[in-house]
Amino acid sequence: MWFGTACGTMGTRPVAPIGGAARAAEDWDRATPPVVAPPGAVTLPAVQRHRLSNGLTVLIVEKRRLLVVDARVVIRAGAAEDPPELSGLASLTAATLEEGTATRSALEIADELDFLGASVDAAATWDATAIAMHVLAPRLEPALELLADLVIRPTFPEDGFHRKKAERLTSLLQERDEPRAVAARVFAERVYGPEHPYGRQAVGSRDTVDRIGRDALADFHARHYRPGNAFLVIVGDVDAATLLPVLERSFQGWAPGPVAASPPPDAPTAAPTAIHVVNRPGAPQSEIRAGLVGIPRASPDYIPAVVLNTVLGGAFTSRLNLRLRQEMGLTYGVGSRFHFRLGPGPFVIATAVATDATDTAVAVIRDEIRRLRDEPVPEHELERARRYVALGLPRRLETTAQITALVAETELYGLGDDYYADFVDRVLAVDADEVRRAARALLDPERLTVVVVGDVARVEAPLSRLGLGPVHLHEVP
Amino acid sequence: MSLSLTVETFALANGLRVFVHTDRSIPIVAVNLWYHVGSKDERPGRTGFAHLFEHLMFEGSAHVPAGAFDELLEAAGAVNNGSTTPDRTNYWMVVPTGALELALWLESDRMGWLLPATTQEKLDTQRDVVKNECRQSYENRPYGLAWETLLAALYPPEHPYHWPTIGYMADLDTAGLDDVRVFFRTYYAPNNATLALAGDVDVETARPLVERYFGAIPRGPAVPRPTPPPARLAEERRVVLEDSVQLPRLYMAWHSPAFFAPGDAELDAASAILAGHRSSRLYRELVMERQVAQDVDAFQNSGFLGSSFVVVVTARPGVGLTELERAVREALASMAAAIEPRELERARNHLETSLVDELQSVAGRADRFNLYAYFTGDPGYAQKDLERLRRLTPESVRDAVRTYLVDAPAAVLSVVPAGRRDLAAEAGTGR
Repeated sequence: MWFGTACGTMGTRPVAPIGGAARAAEDWDRATPPVVAPPGAVTLPAVQRHRLSNGLTVLIVEKRRLLVVDARVVIRAGAAEDPPELSGLASLTAATLEEGTATRSALEIADELDFLGASVDAAATWDATAIAMHVLAPRLEPALELLADLVIRPTFPEDGFHRKKAERLTSLLQERDEPRAVAARVFAERVYGPEHPYGRQAVGSRDTVDRIGRDALADFHARHYRPGNAFLVIVGDVDAATLLPVLERSFQGWAPGPVAASPPPDAPTAAPTAIHVVNRPGAPQSEIRAGLVGIPRASPDYIPAVVLNTVLGGAFTSRLNLRLRQEMGLTYGVGSRFHFRLGPGPFVIATAVATDATDTAVAVIRDEIRRLRDEPVPEHELERARRYVALGLPRRLETTAQITALVAETELYGLGDDYYADFVDRVLAVDADEVRRAARALLDPERLTVVVVGDVARVEAPLSRLGLGPVHLHEVP
Repeated sequence: MSLSLTVETFALANGLRVFVHTDRSIPIVAVNLWYHVGSKDERPGRTGFAHLFEHLMFEGSAHVPAGAFDELLEAAGAVNNGSTTPDRTNYWMVVPTGALELALWLESDRMGWLLPATTQEKLDTQRDVVKNECRQSYENRPYGLAWETLLAALYPPEHPYHWPTIGYMADLDTAGLDDVRVFFRTYYAPNNATLALAGDVDVETARPLVERYFGAIPRGPAVPRPTPPPARLAEERRVVLEDSVQLPRLYMAWHSPAFFAPGDAELDAASAILAGHRSSRLYRELVMERQVAQDVDAFQNSGFLGSSFVVVVTARPGVGLTELERAVREALASMAAAIEPRELERARNHLETSLVDELQSVAGRADRFNLYAYFTGDPGYAQKDLERLRRLTPESVRDAVRTYLVDAPAAVLSVVPAGRRDLAAEAGTGR
C-alpha cells in the first residue's frame, strides 16, 4: 500500500500493448515523456488580521466553497513549559479541558459537540497548546461559543481529572508494546539528555504523570491560557464582518492577565556517536532511529535544511529510500525530517528493517550522511528535490485544516505574514554549495545517536562490528 | 446543504470510463484510477497477490524506465501512491496543473505496457518490501494479527474475505512472473477500470488527452468475478489470541449488509450511537462512568460482497473481557429496544461532517467518484449519499441492530497478554 521504483528495461519505441487486439500504432512517440508546463503563480490564502477587545489576535481566511470551518485557538505555551518533574502537564491540561466548564458538565459538552457534528481536539506540542475545532459552517456559531467556554472556563473537576489521568497512565503503559513509541522516547532521551525539555516526551512518563495533581492543571491554565498569550485562526466558509461580533461575544469573558513567557530551549551539548539497543526479544524487525540536534524553525538555514532533507530522506526518491527499500528490499520505507520547533528540535531518520539487516541499514545511513558532506549533490537530483518542495506548496493550501496549519505555523514562529510569498523562489534558488554547507553544518556523523528497538541477541554483535561507536543495551522503559 | 458536485462522464471505445470534475480554486489536478480487483479476487493458497502486484505498478513500464515513475512525478512537485483493499486497487496522484499530461502518460503506460518491463529481480525486491511491510504493519505491532484472525473466524476458508489483503507470507513466496502476467491480462484492462480527474481541468481538455494516452490500449476479456454464497455464521465463533500486549482487547464481528445496500447506512449510524464519540453509549458507560475500558470503537466495515459490523474494546488494567462483552451485548440489546431521536441526530451530524470532509480536497473527490461508480454505478452519488443519511429513522436503526447484531451470532476474538487466557471473554455472556 505504498509506492515504488527500481531497475529494468527501457523502451525507446512504442511496444505493442499486451492483450493483442489489432489497433493502429500511435503516430507519436510514447517513449518521450510529455513536457511539464511551468507552474503558475501561487495564490496564497488572504489572511485578515483582527484584534478582539481583550487583546486576542484573530486571523481569518474566508474559503467559501468548502462548507466547513476550522477554528483553532493556539496558546503560546506547550510541553516545553512543563516542570521536569511534572512532564506531561501541558498535554494533560489540554486533554482535561473537555471534562467540564463553569457552565457545562463533561457529558453536556460531549452531547453538544456531537449534536453539532463537531469535533474538538486539544493537544500540546512542544511549542504550543492547540484547541482545534472542526464543524460544518451552518453550525459554527454555537460551536464557537462552546470552544470559547472550553478555553476560558474549564474547571478540571476531580472525577474528570482522575479519569483523564488514569487514561494517560494506561496509554503510557501501552506504549511499551509499540516499538515506534519506545524508539522515539529513547531517542529523545539520548539526544537531549535528562535536563533538556526535548529529552522528555510531551505526553510525559508514567512517573511524572503519576505526580501531577488537579491543581497543577488549574495553575497551568491560569498562568498560560490568556488572550495576550494566544491567537485564534479561523478558516472556511465564513464572512469576517459577520463573524467578528460573534467572536467578540464568545470570547468576551477571557480576561487579559500577566503572561509568563519563557525563552525557547537552547541546544544541548552533543554527545559523540553511540548506538543504543532496546531489547525486544524475538522481534522480526528492528525499529531504528538515527539523528542529532537540529535547528529551530526560525533558523535562516530552514530552507536549505528542507532541501537537504529531501535529498536524503524526505521523499520517495530520496537516497535512503532508494537504497534501503528499492535496491535492497530491506524495509517498507525510510524517511527523515527535521522537527522544527521554537528551539533546536531533532533531526531524525526513521525506519524499520528486517532484523538481520539492522547493521546494514545503520551503515547505509552513516554512508549516505557522509556522502552528502563529501560530494556535491548532482544537479538533476537537486533540481528534483527543489521542485518537489517548491511546487508542492499549492497542495498544502487546499483544505481548511491545511490552511489553518499554515497560518498557525506562520504566526506561532513569527515568520511574518508575507513569509510564503517568495517561498517558491527561495527554495528554487538553493544550490549544491548551499546544500553541502548545510550538510556539513547540520549532519555530523561523529555526533549521531542511533537507537535500535530489536532483538539484542541478533543485532548486538553485528552493530558492534560496524565500529560506529559504543553499543549500549537497554530494557524497554 | 447540497453536495451536488458536477461530474462529466465519458467512455473510451476500450471500455475505460472517465469522470471529470472542474474546480479551479487551486492549480492542481487529482488523477485517480481504480481497478476493480482486490484480494477478494484471489484464491486460497495464492493470497496477497493483488497487493504485491500493486507494488510492481510503480517499478516502470515499457516506456518509463525503472525509477522514472516517481522521479518524474516528484520533479514536477506531485505526490502519488496506491492502495489495495479486499474490493479494489487504487492509484492516485495529485499534480500541479502543468503536469497533467505527464500523469496521464505514466498512468496509461503502466495500464498498457507494464509487462515488458517487469522482471524477476523487480518481483523479488518488491516481495521483500512487502514482507517488511507485513512485519512493520502487522507482525511487529501490538494487536497486529487481530484483524486477520477476526476475519478468518467470521468467513469460511473459501470465502474471499477470509484472508488478509496483505496475504499469507508463504503464499507470496510461490508467486512468479507467470502469475504477474496472468493477473495483469485478467484484471488490468481499461474495461475493468475507472479514471477520475478532479481539479484544475475541464472535460474539453481532458477528453483528447485521455484518448491520446489510453486510447490504444485494447479492451481486455470479460473479467471473472467471485460469486461466493452469502456468508453467514451458523453459530457463535470464539477465538483467543495471545500477543505481546499489556492490555486485553475484545473484538466482536457480525455479518451485515453490503456497501450501500439497505441496512448499511443504518449500521453506520448504529456504530456512531454505540461508540466512537464521547456521547456514544458504550464510551459513556465503559470509559467515562465505569472506567473499565481504555477505549471503545465500532464501525460498519462496508464491502462489495457483504459487510461486517465490528466492535473493539480495550480493557483497563485488571479488567477481563467477559465483563466487557456482556456490556457490549447489553448496549446492543437496549439499542434494539429503542433509539432516542437526539442520539440519531448526533450520529447523523457526525456522518454528515465526515462526508463533507471526504469531499474537501480534489483528491478526496476523485476517489469518491470512483468509489461511488464502483459500488452504486453513479459517480455523482454524493448528494444521494447524504440523502441516505437523512432518511434514517430511530426505528430503522433499531430494527437493523436487532436483525443483524442482536439476533445474529458473532465472531468473538479475545486478544490477551501472553499466558493470560484467563482474561479472555468466556462463552455464555450472550442473550
